[in-house]
Amino acid sequence: MQKLSSDAPGWNAVRSLVGSPFNAVLTVIFAVILFLALPPFLTWAVFDAAVFPAVPETCRTAAGACWSFIVAKHSQILFGIYPFDERWRPLLVCTLLIGLLVYSIRPSAWRARLAGFWIVALMLSWGLMRGGFAGLASVSTDNWGGLPVTLLLTVVAIGIGFPTGILLALARRSDLPVIRLLSTLFIELTRALPLLSILFIASIMLPLLVPEDLLPDKFSRAVIALTMFASAYLAEVVRGGLQALPKGQAEAAQALGLSYWQCQLKVILPQAIAVVIPALTNTIIVMIKNTSLVLVIGLFDLISSGKAALADPEWSSPSVEVYLFITAIYFTLCFGFSRFADRLEQRAKGPSHE
Amino acid sequence: MNENAISLSSVSKSFGAFQALKSIDLSVAKGERIVICGPSGSGKSTLIRCINQLETHEAGEILVNGIKVGTEPKQLEAIRTQVGMVFQSFNLFPHLTILENCTLAPIWVKKLSKAAAEAKAMQLLERVRIPDQAHKRPSQLSGGQQQRVAIARALCMEPSVMLFDEPTSALDPEMVKEVLDVMLELASEGMTMLVVTHEMGFARQAADRVIFMDQGNILESGPPTEFFANPRHERTRLFLSQILH
Repeated sequence: MQKLSSDAPGWNAVRSLVGSPFNAVLTVIFAVILFLALPPFLTWAVFDAAVFPAVPETCRTAAGACWSFIVAKHSQILFGIYPFDERWRPLLVCTLLIGLLVYSIRPSAWRARLAGFWIVALMLSWGLMRGGFAGLASVSTDNWGGLPVTLLLTVVAIGIGFPTGILLALARRSDLPVIRLLSTLFIELTRALPLLSILFIASIMLPLLVPEDLLPDKFSRAVIALTMFASAYLAEVVRGGLQALPKGQAEAAQALGLSYWQCQLKVILPQAIAVVIPALTNTIIVMIKNTSLVLVIGLFDLISSGKAALADPEWSSPSVEVYLFITAIYFTLCFGFSRFADRLEQRAKGPSHE
Repeated sequence: MNENAISLSSVSKSFGAFQALKSIDLSVAKGERIVICGPSGSGKSTLIRCINQLETHEAGEILVNGIKVGTEPKQLEAIRTQVGMVFQSFNLFPHLTILENCTLAPIWVKKLSKAAAEAKAMQLLERVRIPDQAHKRPSQLSGGQQQRVAIARALCMEPSVMLFDEPTSALDPEMVKEVLDVMLELASEGMTMLVVTHEMGFARQAADRVIFMDQGNILESGPPTEFFANPRHERTRLFLSQILH
């Protein structure tokens, strides 16, 4: 066999594709799969697809994908059973939350005021969705649905769950036995239960145990359940980072006179969290997708809204198209977050070593 | 009145069944330089770590500048702003630049403004001869440079006492001198210093007193000339014969 001697970038690609017999076999297998799958998919999704006009008849005659259903029903998929005339409100909420998410990606935005922006944005979102003031019709959380529900659940569960998780992780390593015990109990109990059962406890058992006037609505109960679950998992990830740090770091901070909290905030946590960014990303992406489980307690997240839209008997139920659409939204959220975490990781590594 | 910078009376400390310090008495005058040596496990590190309460002593009393050392947050803060410490493994904060390492505690503990803390830090980095590295991260510096930064970082808090816990043991041999030179300079300026080290050259040159510890006791204590010329204990003689070739 001829030896590849060139170092040109083109050769590197060739080498990684066919450099060894194993790689060559893999390359052939994947080429065959692509060759078999891609053309029919493109034919279905693009060439034979029907988009306009967005009426049921278009779909009945279409040979390929029926995107006209998405065009006609996008509002119902995105906003669920939210009253039709008020849908500018969830649209505004989604724009606000996504806009702030995008804004938060830039390192120059990471100042104390960003937390303030988020608190204001979440309060505004809640107010806009809920209504009942300034002439806005009141919309009960039972009628919320779709993307704003997914976004709100995600942002609140992770936004509160992450700091809570950090506190739990610190508590689990505390010198005070009571605090250590309580934190360990909470983490282990929450982790030992499936999220589904926590959601069922929140939605079905709590109303049996707590008087009705004291009970928060179903949406808030789901938020609390998801936050608890997220905080327990994130706590263990953060604890892994804390344990990876040499003891000398805390000792040096103490010897300089830093208090416990100064030491944790300025010395320990920045390093501990940087170490576990890949694991945190993993957990957070799972949490984003976990929000879809709220459909079992009757909340209309993105997936349940899509399913509800499909129930229209006028249309030929193009479920693959709807789920692809929803998949694209989840993919954008999760992939976007994963890229963001990559950048964070690069940044935490700091300037490259000489 | 207590003119001593540090005084320990009957200080004891155990790790489980192992007694690291057995009723230690020691007085250190202001401006005195003390070198502590002894075999590993003799309690020398534990002794200086009790002074700034990285280890808590179980019995006895420790006074620093007349202030009682204890575990109350107020006591800890008072002691730790007066006592600086340098570690064997440097323990610089790797996520911060050299300058940030030096300004962290002055800004957060002493509430200095950023500008004032940076001016002070640059002045001290110049003293340890690494001002041009101020914006690098610790991992970009050599061991000797890192240890000099660690000394500057401790000095930024303007301590009246400096503790050194085997400051040159983790260094490559050719870097030992640059760190010892900084320590000698500090000694010549009248800083009260307690140095755990086996660098007997430093002891001869800078120490007012050399202390030999074994099994949690202070076996011998005296001026370096006397200590090296006429060690009184057999154990000291044996130790010295092993480290001085």
